[in-house]
Amino acid sequence: MLSKNRTPNRVVLAVLAVLCGFDVASADDGASVNSGDTAWILISSALVMLMTPGLALFYGGMVRKKNVLGTIMQSFIALGIVTVQWVLFGYSLAFGPDIGGFIGSLAWFGLNGVGTAPNADYAATIPHQAFMIFQMMFAVITPALITGAFAERFKFKTYLVFVLLWSTFVYCPIAHWVWAVGGWIRGMGALDFAGGLVVHLSSGVAALAAALVVKKRRGYGNEIMAPHNLTMTLLGAALLWFGWFGFNGGSAVASGALATTAFVTTHIATAAAVFGWIGMEWLRSGKPTVLGAASGAVAGLVTITPASGFVSPMAALFIGLSGGALCYYAVNMKPKFGYDDSLDAVGIHGVGGIWGALATGIFASAAVNAAGGDGALAGNVGLLQTQAISIVAALGYSFVVTYVLLKLLDKTMGVRLSDEQEYEGLDLSQHGESGYAL
Amino acid sequence: MKKIDAIIRPHKIDEVKELLMEAGVRGMTFSEVKGMGRQKGHTEVYRGSEYKIDFLPKIKVEIVVPDERVESVVATIIKAAKTGNVGDGKIFISAVEEVIRVRTEEVGEDAL
Repeated sequence: MLSKNRTPNRVVLAVLAVLCGFDVASADDGASVNSGDTAWILISSALVMLMTPGLALFYGGMVRKKNVLGTIMQSFIALGIVTVQWVLFGYSLAFGPDIGGFIGSLAWFGLNGVGTAPNADYAATIPHQAFMIFQMMFAVITPALITGAFAERFKFKTYLVFVLLWSTFVYCPIAHWVWAVGGWIRGMGALDFAGGLVVHLSSGVAALAAALVVKKRRGYGNEIMAPHNLTMTLLGAALLWFGWFGFNGGSAVASGALATTAFVTTHIATAAAVFGWIGMEWLRSGKPTVLGAASGAVAGLVTITPASGFVSPMAALFIGLSGGALCYYAVNMKPKFGYDDSLDAVGIHGVGGIWGALATGIFASAAVNAAGGDGALAGNVGLLQTQAISIVAALGYSFVVTYVLLKLLDKTMGVRLSDEQEYEGLDLSQHGESGYAL
Repeated sequence: MKKIDAIIRPHKIDEVKELLMEAGVRGMTFSEVKGMGRQKGHTEVYRGSEYKIDFLPKIKVEIVVPDERVESVVATIIKAAKTGNVGDGKIFISAVEEVIRVRTEEVGEDAL
């Protein structure tokens, strides 16, 4: 027994020694690190971290009560899986030295070389690790957004593998194209301030692929599948709104004028989108709903995300108002298409993501942010075309790869619960717990 | 002895209880129930998905009384629970074979 155990132990120790001995270049040159910028990015990272549990509550309230824990868990566990993936190889694939404009190399495996000295390519005034952990929080929430499409019926074991594969094969490449030095979409001049393409469009389109592969819930269309706790959903939406100040404001990767622009446009667009959504609802069905207000807020946050650092406050007002109304229509059209995107990840993140990317191409203003340049409204129609190309690329890639990944997982591990488990609910069948003992 | 099952509107439970206590009823059981009848349900809309809610929340009050008190108790419940609109509920009366008080083991009307 002993000799059997000794070999793996030695291997483990050797691996640990190598990993822990990685060079994490420290900030010897203290002058280059700006304390205000660093403070803001660390706080922003914590704000974005809070969005994932916020999303858990947002989604958790919308399912039936037998699925509340399972739904919350799908978001929460992403903090665990993606964090580990990110520090081992995810960050390196997304932001590491470019390979052909498509993906980062594994040069930063295990955060090798990612220390406290700034990386001037991404953020010259904050430690590289601050940039890394800020980006990590985006990588965490993105796969969790997809779970809205297959709520109430996905096998947990398969879900864990799905998150790992999706982050690696969809999130990391798209993040690299759009944000990394050398990424082909960034090189083309497309604008995505805080992740409209990388986070929302990619997850919203993945959600469509997921709804098609995973298929409808049992009893969809016949049984009552009304939300079980909208107070939870509204609190979740409020936490998302709060965290989004870090998501968009932090994407300036510095503290100052640009962060303020993004912070202000984010808030304005979100408030306007609440009215966009419930206004349409009021006109069309007579009653403004709380779920509509919560959904409108999220739609506004999604829509302003790519534009937040490039547009004026009044443009943000219009982008939010139109984003809320548009997502309302998209969500209401779902029954006509016949797929069961249970919590409307497609209608909000997909449609909002597309409109946000286009709106950026329309409303971007060099007067707001010289680095972004002008959009179509200021006479630069070229930007709108560039935005359209980036949308088609991210949309097509995410859809195809997600579809293939889920088909493979379905063939090998199975993606759906058995009928009996689905009837019993995620909480009992997957976790052996109940959400409520009232 | 008779058992009276009264299905009433949920917001009427306090009024029904008060008047019954005043009329000398010393105990009752109630439960939250759902039912359907001539009062149609309503429609709830969640992001465009419409759900027809047929079963509406009601409260069921159970009281066991001596035969001679049935009429007055029923009259009291009606007085307290009636609004005159569809959905006021129903009262069912059935015979009770035996009642036993657990603490003293008294039986029959003494146990009420």
